[in-house]
Amino acid sequence: MSAGYDHDEWETVIGLEVHAELATCTKLFSAAPNEFGGAPNSNIDPLTLGLPGSLPVLNQHAVELAIRVGLALNCTVQRSVFARKNYFYPDQSKNYQISQFELPINADGWLELPSGKVAGIERAHLEEDTGKTTHVGGGGRIHDAEHSLVDYNRAGVPLLEIVGRPDLRTPEEARAYVSELRAILVAVGASDGKMEEGSMRVDCNVSVRRRGTEELGTRCEIKNINSLRSLGRAIEYEAARQVDLITAGEQVRQETRHWNEADGRTHTLRSKEGSDDYRYFPEPDLVELAPSEEWIEEVRATLPMLPAARRHRLAERTGVELDRTALIVERGLDELCLTAIDAGADPTRTLTHAEHNLSDERAIGLDPAAFAKLVGMETDGQLTATQAKTVLAELVEKGGDPADIAAAHGFEAMDTSELDGIVDGLIAEHPDEWQRFCDGDGKITGFFVGKVMKATQGKADGKVVTSILQQRKG
Amino acid sequence: MLEEHLARIAEREGEIHAFNLVTEDLARAAAQAVDERVAAGEDPGPLAGVPVAIKDNLCTRGVATTCSSKILEGWEPPYDATVVTRLADAGAVMVGKTNLDEFAMGSSTENSAFGPTRNPHDTSRVPGGSSGGSAAAVAAGFSPISLGSDTGGSIRQPAALCGVVGVKPTYGTVSRLGLVAFGSSLDQVGPFAATVEDAARVCEVIGGHDPADSTSIPSRFPSVTDQLDEGVQGLRVGIVTEMTGEGIAPDVAARVRAAAEALAAAGATVEEVSVPAVTYGLSAYYLVAPAEASSNLARYDGVRYGLRVDAPTTGEMMVATRTEGFGDEVKRRIMLGTYALSAGYYDAFYGTALKVRTLIRRDFDAAYERFDVLLSPVTPTTAFPLGEKTSDPMAMYLSDVCTIATNLAGHPAMSVPYGVGDDGLPVGVQLLGPTLGEVPMFRAAAALERSLA
Repeated sequence: MSAGYDHDEWETVIGLEVHAELATCTKLFSAAPNEFGGAPNSNIDPLTLGLPGSLPVLNQHAVELAIRVGLALNCTVQRSVFARKNYFYPDQSKNYQISQFELPINADGWLELPSGKVAGIERAHLEEDTGKTTHVGGGGRIHDAEHSLVDYNRAGVPLLEIVGRPDLRTPEEARAYVSELRAILVAVGASDGKMEEGSMRVDCNVSVRRRGTEELGTRCEIKNINSLRSLGRAIEYEAARQVDLITAGEQVRQETRHWNEADGRTHTLRSKEGSDDYRYFPEPDLVELAPSEEWIEEVRATLPMLPAARRHRLAERTGVELDRTALIVERGLDELCLTAIDAGADPTRTLTHAEHNLSDERAIGLDPAAFAKLVGMETDGQLTATQAKTVLAELVEKGGDPADIAAAHGFEAMDTSELDGIVDGLIAEHPDEWQRFCDGDGKITGFFVGKVMKATQGKADGKVVTSILQQRKG
Repeated sequence: MLEEHLARIAEREGEIHAFNLVTEDLARAAAQAVDERVAAGEDPGPLAGVPVAIKDNLCTRGVATTCSSKILEGWEPPYDATVVTRLADAGAVMVGKTNLDEFAMGSSTENSAFGPTRNPHDTSRVPGGSSGGSAAAVAAGFSPISLGSDTGGSIRQPAALCGVVGVKPTYGTVSRLGLVAFGSSLDQVGPFAATVEDAARVCEVIGGHDPADSTSIPSRFPSVTDQLDEGVQGLRVGIVTEMTGEGIAPDVAARVRAAAEALAAAGATVEEVSVPAVTYGLSAYYLVAPAEASSNLARYDGVRYGLRVDAPTTGEMMVATRTEGFGDEVKRRIMLGTYALSAGYYDAFYGTALKVRTLIRRDFDAAYERFDVLLSPVTPTTAFPLGEKTSDPMAMYLSDVCTIATNLAGHPAMSVPYGVGDDGLPVGVQLLGPTLGEVPMFRAAAALERSLA
């Protein structure tokens, strides 16, 4: 296996299928609770177990959440039909899954990555989740297990399957796509988007082709990707594997592959029934789902501002590059920054703080007026950058007035004349070092700044000290 | 009232085998509860104390529900079907679970894992099916009313062969919650009764919107009982040409003509009407119903309930369980349906069948622009001897040729006893109506009943 292939020659084409569990109280077609965890087979009812005579009744809240996501992904929300996807597997209590096939509720959308790139969404349809099977004994796989245990707690949980178009080209883009999708799902309140709890699951289609060719290569679908990091690794591995096959004169076989986190490879996964004939047909126990225009517009009116729009707003209002806004919006600090800036805070300093000094989750509750006042004190030279950071941390933790916090720490603006005296004294005490400074040894600057800081107990502004040194050098 | 019926069951059930289970103790307890309601001055309900037999594909809480299949061995539902709850609320008393063709697939009740039911009028003959046990129960006087299910004629055909009234209401008027599914888009629960009025009353009790069934029509069941005496003056009755010609035994055809004359004598206008697409009904039905069945019956895999035949792997266990648990007719239909839905065949088979369904609805709609009610035979012949058609599935399927189109259209239809054939066995005539056309249909049925009195 080549560690890397020539990225100038080969292009990776990536399309993602994301399954998001919708944050409803109950399951998609029954009143059994939709909760993560719980004792095995505690969140069940006749429908969840596929008991004879049970019937599905569609959860309207799940539909509303699906519409919210559809609108947020710029999809057409349309008349849709549920269909049965038939295959035998013990974690599926009816041996068919109620999904949407020909007519999904959401079709033809897109999302914008922080880089500004637009990635297409083919569809986002509603379906029910399966249960979980634990294979006991053997290698933990169904084929050599001694026996298997099935937990139906997850069976019937509402899922939205969001099928992306093959518009992504690098592992970084794939990760950015998943992050963006997660941010949208959380923003509209549709899902908690936790990959580690399985409430957001990513299947990844990868193919490679020579740059400049239009035709798509044969793709493989990779399952069992449990983190953004794995996503990137799996794509790197799989693309390299495919390039190796092709350059060795072999062909890529279309198949489903399993990502193994431990060995960092993908492996052929046996298909569920030996073939892909799911014998779809319209679900006769449900009627078609046709949300009215009024309902769709009502839902649209309650959507919050979405991450992409917030990034553009922040970039426009502050004049920074679009890609610099991503982290701040991801942290949910854009509103805080804009309010502080409106209150007079310097935009650059404000964003710098948001990027570097506000990783604490509680930062979102920061009082914008206090934040603005702090930035103002720093701009006016009343606080050094280091002092401002200290005050900000305490503001996040306890709140209060930045001036009071600064005073409590004994942070006072140093008189420049006082600093002049300290610097002159140091030059006199350390003639050798001073000579090196005058000879242009930049490394020695830190020596003087450090001495000044020590003498002033950190109250001095390093930048001011450097400028005094430069003045003395003449 | 209950003891009288239990005595009749004790006397004749051995030869007829209408029941998979007689729930004597539960029945006595339920009857006592009704008595207590009466004693307490409460309204005991419109069916207070009336014994009722329930087809064994309707879920009954804590009472074995087998669908006459080995695969559901030992399974007791944790809930009642909506229709069972509504009957109990109306004061009816369940006396037992009745035999059927396995999973309601059949027309003679011979496809039961627990042995056939026999026709009370002649025990060498079949009672029809699939709701043969429920039809026989009413015919034998085991209960004045019973419930069946009708996917392609499974209420009307046995009603005709047993000489009782049988109704398949409009699809969506009676809840399917707790009815073990066969062909979900066709299945409908309905009553058997000795009289048209009793059948009407049961429809009103079990019918009406059920939010737990998404295909349930959000309205009350049409009010039929209080209109039975309205007569048929001016009612426009059409005799369906395609259902009265070839293949219908002369004695059966004669009874249909007699029924037409009786309706005309009572003031209805009677004419022939063509509904061309119904001739494709049988073909379309044997694609749609098996296709849905192949999916509906996939859940019987030995994993969660019922029969499990152990085997080394999960897949092999499922195969062994289904091989052992299902009878031949069920396997035949699962295979048919699986094939009809397979990639590459869907459009040719299932897709075409759906188009035929649309055509059948359209042709019926055209007929109902000119007629209020249609009239036809229910079955081509009177009850046939046990074993006569078991080796010839096509001959058996043809028993439902007159009833199937109604299910594909979702319309109501009923079988009304109208005399006997040359062999002295009962003949039923079928009255059909458009969606929610129960009122004129029942009025015509009551008029036919009166004409025999």
